[in-house]
Parts: sequence; structure tokens; C-alpha cells
Amino acid sequence: MISARGLAKRYGDRRVFAGLDLDLAAGGFLLVTGPNGSGKTTLLRVLAGLAAPTAGELSLPERRSIGYLGHEPLVYRELSPLENLTLFGRLYRIPERGERVGMLLERFGLWDVRHDRVSTFSRGMQQRLGLCRVLLHDPSLLLLDEPYNALDAEGAELLDGVFDEPRTWVVATHEPRRVERRATERLAFA
Amino acid sequence: MSYLADVGALARKDLLLELRAKETLPAMLLFVVATLTIFHFALPHGTSHAAALGLLWAALIFTALLGLTRAFVPEREQGMFDALVLAPCDRSAIWLGKTLAVLAFLVAAEAVALPAFAAFFSGIDGRTVAAVALADVGIATVGTLFGAMAVAGRARELLLPLLFLPLAIPIVVGGVGGYLWFLALYDAIFGLLSWAAFEYVVSET
Repeated sequence: MISARGLAKRYGDRRVFAGLDLDLAAGGFLLVTGPNGSGKTTLLRVLAGLAAPTAGELSLPERRSIGYLGHEPLVYRELSPLENLTLFGRLYRIPERGERVGMLLERFGLWDVRHDRVSTFSRGMQQRLGLCRVLLHDPSLLLLDEPYNALDAEGAELLDGVFDEPRTWVVATHEPRRVERRATERLAFA
Repeated sequence: MSYLADVGALARKDLLLELRAKETLPAMLLFVVATLTIFHFALPHGTSHAAALGLLWAALIFTALLGLTRAFVPEREQGMFDALVLAPCDRSAIWLGKTLAVLAFLVAAEAVALPAFAAFFSGIDGRTVAAVALADVGIATVGTLFGAMAVAGRARELLLPLLFLPLAIPIVVGGVGGYLWFLALYDAIFGLLSWAAFEYVVSET
């Protein structure tokens, strides 16, 4: 699913990581750990195709198969959950997207607020909507950056349920206890 | 057809965001009316129509700049460029959708500005209206591309005018002179270049 050889990323004079080799088979779970600023987010952005590596070779699935959730939920705050997911459903060409959107909003407990503006939501509700957005097109590879951020106990349990699904995962976190047992591969940044 | 549907969905999104936030269009309207009012009192009585027309174009360009500065605010503040770029649609659809929304804001601002100019100075002829319509296309296409470039930079408020104003000079020349063919040619060339270049603007290196 993911294969990288000698992957490196620099921002100007600052080396974020270098000489990184990665192999993640379909269905695998790569746990990326490390302190703040160690390169976890940059690695996920490179794997998502949002940033180009400075050096190395990288093989990824097609863009449509990738779901990425960064530090922000990546939804428009002045739109409702329904409007956000309908927009992205359109851009991802999801057939019967109304049904899919409704199912995800129900699953993450956002159905009753589907017409409310996201700007009125708590950070945890926004994170739930971010998870809906990232799952909307049923990606086979999911890249999640600190996915438990701001989630309450119920939201965290919902996310645990998502991890039970048969996908390929790359999860970056500095609190790995919750997902450690799922990891098939580990990458620790210093 | 899918491409046009994507463009329509993205443009509709921008219009909806403005309808809710009401941040860009009211500012553009206030700015253009205030500018024309200032020009009205600043110019001596009996100023020629040609001189007043030049000021109209200056007012329109700076009003457009105000709108362009705000065009990518939701994408910048909420990180939405990442979400849009990740979608498997053609990236130029993002540019075209935003361009159409900017064009709508410009037309709305001019729907107030042109009658205001006629009231303060002198009447507007059909050629000027046609020139403004053609200029809007050029302003929106080039301005949206530069807006996307500027949004990634740290000095974005400074960068956009520095990029946009030099390329707005031909629009003013064509507009003041009423050279409709020149404005149409500008739209065709810079519209095509902006459409083709957007992919590279949103690709981080």
C-alpha cells in the first residue's frame, strides 16, 4: 500500500526527516510517535500528497483512495455538517451520497445538528465531523494526525470502532496507549 | 459534465459562505461608494468625462483588490486548501469555482458603483458597461490565481497588491480607452494561463 525508500523532507535549512524507509502492506497499521515538532505531521502530509518529499522514492495509492485528517477537521465553519459533507461527496463523486452522508452523521451523533453551522460546534463535535468527512469516500488508506484530539469518551469510543474496520492506517500521536495494540508497524521520531 | 458540476458546487459554496458571513460584499460596496463620493468632492467642478472615467477605473480596481484579499480567507483560516486539494476533482475546478464567485461579487459591487458614478459625474454609455464586464473577467481570473499564491505567504496582504496591480494596468488601459478587443484578448490569454497554472500554485514543494 505504501512503500518509501530514502524519504527526506527539508524546509529550507531545517531537516525534518531523512533516509526514511517504510513498507506498509494493505490492512496494516503504522503507529507514528514522537514529541511535538519531531516530524509526525510532516510525514503524514507527505504521505497524503500535500507536501512533496525533498528526496527519496514514494509509492502511494491513487488520491481517491486516501483519507487525511490533520490537526484541523478540514470543514467549512460557516456551512452545516450536511452542506460540508454534500460538497465533498460531490467532489469525490460518491454515488448515493445522501444516504452515505446520513449514515455517517447518524453514526457520529451529528444527525440532530446536521443543519446547524459548524462554527457553533464544540471542538470535539468538529472533530467528529472531520472523521465523517475523512470516511465519506470510503478510503482504503487513512492518515490520521492526533485523531483523539478533543474527543470526549463517547467520541473516542466511536473512533475505536472506526479502527476495527478493514483499512490501512497511519496514525500519528504522542499518546499511543489507545491504539498501540493495533500497530503492525511502528515509527518513532526522536 | 462532472467538471462543470464540481465548479458549480464550489462556486455555490463560496456564495453561500458570503451570504452567511457577509464579510466581503458589504465591504466592497461601502468602499466603492465612499471612494466615488471622495472623488466627487475632490475633483473641481467641470472636470472632463475622461478624467472622471479614469477615476472610476481606479475605484473599480481597488474595490476588486479588496474583494480578492478576502477571497481565500476560509481556505486559509480553516486549512481548507488541504481538503480541496485532496479531493480527486481537477484542481483547476477549485480556481474556476472561486473565479466565478469573485466575478459575482464584482458584478454586485458594480451594480451599485456604476449608477453612483452616473449620479456623481456623468452618464455611462454601453461601451463602458461592456468594458467593465470584460475587465471583470480579467480581474477575477488573474486576481483569483494571485489570491491563491498570496494566501500561502506570510506577507499575504502585501503580496497580493504587488502581484495583482502590475497586471491590472493593461485592464485600466483597455477600460479607459474603451478597447473592447484588447480586454477580450487579455481575458483569453490570462484566463487560460491562470487556469493552467493553478495546479502548480496549490502544489506544495
